[in-house]
Amino acid sequence: MRRFVSDTLVLAERNLVRIPRAPELLLAFTVQPIMFVLLFRYVFGGAIQTGYSSYADYLIPGIVVQNIAFGGFVTALGLNEDVHKGLIDRFRSLPMARPAVLAGRTLADVVTNALSLGVLLATGAAIGFSFDTSVGDALAGIGLLVLFGYAFSWVFAFVGLLTETPESANSVGFIAVFPLTFVSSAFVPIATFPTALRDFATYNPFTIIVDALRYLWEPGHGISGANVWEALAWIFGILAVFAPLAVARYRRATGGQ
Amino acid sequence: MKLETGAVPARPGAAVAALASTARAPEPAISARGIEKSFGEVRALCGIDLDVPAGSVLGLLGPNGAGKTTFVRVLTTLLRPDAGSARVAGFDVVRDAARLRAHIGLAGQYAAVDENLTGLENLTMVGRLYGASRRQAKARGRELLERFELTDAARRPAKTYSGGMRRRLDLAAALVAKPPVLFLDEPTTGLDPRSRLGLWEVIEGLVADGTTVLLTTQYLEEADRLADTIAVIDHGRLIAQGSSDELKARVGGIRLEVTLEEGADRQAALRALEGFGEGQPAFEDGVVRVAVRERRGTIVAAVERLAAAGVGVDDLVLRRPTLDDVFLALTGHAAEDEEGSADRDSAGGGGGLPERSGSRGTGRSSDRGGARRSRRVRDGGDGGTALEGEETVR
Repeated sequence: MRRFVSDTLVLAERNLVRIPRAPELLLAFTVQPIMFVLLFRYVFGGAIQTGYSSYADYLIPGIVVQNIAFGGFVTALGLNEDVHKGLIDRFRSLPMARPAVLAGRTLADVVTNALSLGVLLATGAAIGFSFDTSVGDALAGIGLLVLFGYAFSWVFAFVGLLTETPESANSVGFIAVFPLTFVSSAFVPIATFPTALRDFATYNPFTIIVDALRYLWEPGHGISGANVWEALAWIFGILAVFAPLAVARYRRATGGQ
Repeated sequence: MKLETGAVPARPGAAVAALASTARAPEPAISARGIEKSFGEVRALCGIDLDVPAGSVLGLLGPNGAGKTTFVRVLTTLLRPDAGSARVAGFDVVRDAARLRAHIGLAGQYAAVDENLTGLENLTMVGRLYGASRRQAKARGRELLERFELTDAARRPAKTYSGGMRRRLDLAAALVAKPPVLFLDEPTTGLDPRSRLGLWEVIEGLVADGTTVLLTTQYLEEADRLADTIAVIDHGRLIAQGSSDELKARVGGIRLEVTLEEGADRQAALRALEGFGEGQPAFEDGVVRVAVRERRGTIVAAVERLAAAGVGVDDLVLRRPTLDDVFLALTGHAAEDEEGSADRDSAGGGGGLPERSGSRGTGRSSDRGGARRSRRVRDGGDGGTALEGEETVR
């Protein structure tokens, strides 16, 4: 167990140290979310009726969730690369705790998610977003988001191990994430959706997480606190399903033993 | 240790080291019995028995897809064999896999280093994953960088390294824990000749220190230089084992190769060389080949016969055995291989299986030309022969 913890930390550090050296990753964590915020706030935002005093207040909880979902690509691509460039073989030939490879990767994601969350909240503040709530609830929302990001990392770890090439990891991830994030309450109220889409959006975990954040950060507006519990249930459900799947796939992808 | 010089020192005392440590530890450092492994329908390993005495170097020689990498992956606990058993450094590869890993080092053709980490960070990471403290791991990393002449590049991300530097870093990573048994899976595939030579010298240094090495390679030259014993593997079976001299003796003697001028009469050439050597002359891809008994006077006699027959000759070569010849002799592949020896690499690869699932780098295939060129046997035996073991008349 001590080995597992120390090996996980070593590998988490490895995944973090490399980020500033890969400019495209750094851009993914910083510039990309800012672009999305500006796009939605100033291009689409004026045409979207939300019932919130500022679209920024409506948008930020949605966009932080979307951003964490897209951030998971880094995990998928990174693991895929590790498998195909032989690094996983190196790790597996070492007397280390094997699950540490995945645990270290997902732990590093927590840090990068926190980093881009910080960038987004700062950008949000610049365009008029503010927490309309207590410090405790604001922090609770951040905690919920970090947990959600952690759970989602395992989904992407699974995708990265499942796919043959980084390109296919990318497209599988994109095809899954795109409808999930956009057909949700992240950017627009779902009331205007056609029935089928609205039903999908209502049960979409992204809607639930986003609404849970709105409940915590911008209370009122008729959003129920039950969303927070439902969000937690989703988070632990995703973890319970995808962590074992990813670990099983890891064993297979690397030759099984 | 000098890495980038052109000098070729003799192998430093590998045999002596082998004897010494064999006397101390009678159990072979690597011992495999009946190892089998299949991937779906494809049988990658069909029952391999192999012993490598402690302190010696075994060269596992075979074409792409022969099963070399699969075998190494079994011995390094990355793959569980379907049948058979193997012990490495005294540990069973299945039952004691976890403990075994502390006693082996693995370096491979992929140079499995993190490109976004510096050389020092890579080695420190590996050291810590072996269980060392950060300080110990760093100190060991510096020591290895020094030894592999990477100190100047220690703080640069590995993606800025040349191919040879990456392999050295990869090899250094395999040596972090000073493992008594080292597995090198095609350590020089894709390297330029200079880097290859540098890496050979490094490996020779390790062997001199008493490390047991199992090395896979497609290059007879490499096995010839580094290995005490060569095991030839094809389609998952060991088809021959012995010293390089023993193998070459099995392959047979010298061969005359005559490249005909364009439009030259090949039938006339074949008739002219009838009864000239030991076997029937054969024509393939514009080249007439015939086995000959001895080299003295052969070229002159051949030229005279061909000239008398009025056959235009573009090139004429006496060849010693090559890896191709070893395979030809041992497997008979080439007997029914209509595409000619030049395509045997890909034919072997296609007939075998990918040694590992997933996509392959392109470096491998673009290297094939280089593989063929350096495969000519370097002749250290009877002095005075050209480096590539052939004489050419133009």
